[in-house]
Amino acid sequence: MTALAWLVPVALLLGGLGLAMFLWALRSGQFEDLEGAAYRALEDVPPGEDDPAR
Amino acid sequence: MTMHATAERLATEAHAPVLRPSTSMTLAIENMHCGGCLRSVERAVLKVPGVETARASLSAKRVSIAYDPALAGAADFIDALKAAGFAAAPIEAAKQDKDTARQSYLLRCVAVSGFAAMNIMLISIAVWSGEASDMDASLAIAFRWISALIALPTVAYAGQPFFTSALSALKARRLNMDVPISLAILLATGMSLYQTMRGGEQVYFDAAVSLLFFLLVGRFLDETLRVRARGEAQNLLGLQSGIATVIEPDGAHRAVPAHALKPGDHLLVAVGERVAADGVVLEGAGQVDQSLITGETAPLSVTIGQEVYAGTINLIQPLHVMVKAADSSTLLAEIGRLMQAAEQGRARYRRLADRAAQIYAPAVHGLGLATFLGWLALGATWQTALTYAIAVLIITCPCALALAVPAVQIAAASRLFRQGIIVKAADGLERIAEADMVVFDKTGTLTIGRPELLQDDAICDDTLMAAAGLACASKHPLARSLVVAAEKRLGKVRPASGVEEVPGQGLKRSLVQGEERLGAAAWCGVSSAGSESEVWYRRDWMSPVRFRFADTLRSDATRIVGVLKRQGYDVALLSGDRTEVVERVARQAGIDAWQAELRPADKIAWLNARAREGRKVLMVGDGLNDAPALAAAHASMSPSSAADISQRTADFVFQGERLAPVTEAVAVGKRARSMALQNFAVALVYNVICVPLAVAGFVTPLIAAIVMSTSSILVTANAARLAK
Repeated sequence: MTALAWLVPVALLLGGLGLAMFLWALRSGQFEDLEGAAYRALEDVPPGEDDPAR
Repeated sequence: MTMHATAERLATEAHAPVLRPSTSMTLAIENMHCGGCLRSVERAVLKVPGVETARASLSAKRVSIAYDPALAGAADFIDALKAAGFAAAPIEAAKQDKDTARQSYLLRCVAVSGFAAMNIMLISIAVWSGEASDMDASLAIAFRWISALIALPTVAYAGQPFFTSALSALKARRLNMDVPISLAILLATGMSLYQTMRGGEQVYFDAAVSLLFFLLVGRFLDETLRVRARGEAQNLLGLQSGIATVIEPDGAHRAVPAHALKPGDHLLVAVGERVAADGVVLEGAGQVDQSLITGETAPLSVTIGQEVYAGTINLIQPLHVMVKAADSSTLLAEIGRLMQAAEQGRARYRRLADRAAQIYAPAVHGLGLATFLGWLALGATWQTALTYAIAVLIITCPCALALAVPAVQIAAASRLFRQGIIVKAADGLERIAEADMVVFDKTGTLTIGRPELLQDDAICDDTLMAAAGLACASKHPLARSLVVAAEKRLGKVRPASGVEEVPGQGLKRSLVQGEERLGAAAWCGVSSAGSESEVWYRRDWMSPVRFRFADTLRSDATRIVGVLKRQGYDVALLSGDRTEVVERVARQAGIDAWQAELRPADKIAWLNARAREGRKVLMVGDGLNDAPALAAAHASMSPSSAADISQRTADFVFQGERLAPVTEAVAVGKRARSMALQNFAVALVYNVICVPLAVAGFVTPLIAAIVMSTSSILVTANAARLAK
């Protein structure tokens, strides 16, 4: 039973971390263009060289 | 000293690009379809000097640009994109930003409540199963406190969309769906908190939070549909109004987006171009095509001092136009007044979900209250009675209404969107399903809206090719459609060289054998009394040839009218054009009921007469003169080539040359309605089974929450069938 004393907070912390990362991703505009993002992932132009996405 | 000053200035200049505030702009891109296009758009814009960043969005079909306003402007971006093969137009992004802000707020609420619902459910299941076995009482209490710690902030944050809406409804002394929702959530949370503090077992944070989560998903879908529809409509309007050429006081020409024009601006309208704003002719005389405004296909002569409206096409000579603010005596002002009156009628329409809520909300409250009082009267403690009442509220909580209708509508809208139909009004799908009569406008709706060469077999290929070669030199609409017709029949047309254009007359060039002319009848030395638009072609050594043009029907117009008639719709044609033209088109399309030479007010009167007979009319129209009728009709559609105001008014906007979207929209609207009704039936069946159990006290809020989730998933899955 004592294991629960730290397992529950750890579970909540990990869940909360997921939530925080989702909110961060939302805020930084990663959900603004879902269709475009699918194509951007396939691009093979190295970053920095003619890379418009900033 | 001077050296020092120079050095200082150089230093400032070196930093200047960083310090200078950059401006941002959003452009709608018409034909961006894939990742390659996305790249090309961004590359093309970044090559323009002064651009700092460019980010294209494939789902919104837009590109946002941050740039230095001193070095670049809208016209540069549009030119660069045009060179890369994309049609682009600036749009006002401010309004859209507000919409997307609301959308992402709802998504944050969904995320927070989803996280909370999962974690509380995890703990709850442990507690509920622990009660049956050997869980320590103190541990159960600790778990309930942890649930409370997660649930309270969640309800306070993610419940706000419902609380604010319920509060404003109550202030206006109305009941809406959000009142029972808020009540159920707040009561369940408050009751659970009280029980947790007393160490009781009736703790239902899980139910309250998962209810919140499902309802928020519905709300988010609804908002997504609205934002996307509005964004698409804005893109279309932006791409249409385009760019106008403004002549500055110093004589310089500058390209300005049409929506940024101000009264007093001095415009240059080239031949073949649309007038970008309402105004008065300052210089030049000639003819304009007002078919988009009045439905009249014959060109109108204009001279200095006369008014021209946005959307008219300039036919013969370049015109100088001064932009004018709307004044109360014009056609536009009359249309504005008619629109206002007509829209008040439209506002009376109540959405399916709202109508259901009107019956549902009082019933839910009554049932909850009756359960509470009934159990008190039977001698239960008030906590037990309240728990049962909460279970009733949660069970009856209108997930089917809150989730099912938006889920169906978003599925229907994405299906229509793939076929080039934009759903602008969310309740448009409901209204189009109720229509029992379809009324078409003529010019630009049943017909294509531009002159096409009548397939005259008398014209031989050689003549057509030679005439088209000359026509390449002109921007006149008839010349252009001559070229299009020649390209269709003969492939590529080679432009003739040495062509000279005489505005208002025609084209000519000299050859060894003599002169070659293309243009008005008089220009070619023939007298013609033809009422149709026509162009003559003459070589000195041969007799003149006549090319006849007419605004032809859309390729599938006759078929679609037939389909609608077979489906039991009455079809009618209302036009502002002359009687003989309307009669011919009506006969070709197979429409028996037609009326010609109608003013906007006459169309409204006609529609109102039908409404009094109890008919529900779907109006399909494109002209400025149709806008009031579009607003007055029960449901409305317009092609994407329509006047701004008509597109803004219409419930649906469709793209392309065909009329098939009309039948498609009607069919999808009907399917969406029957699916919404199916979903209501699912909700009803489940209520009929669960509510008596809840009233009798057999359903705990946990079971209520699980059953409710299942019905929500069922209803969403049902809606997803429509998207296929």
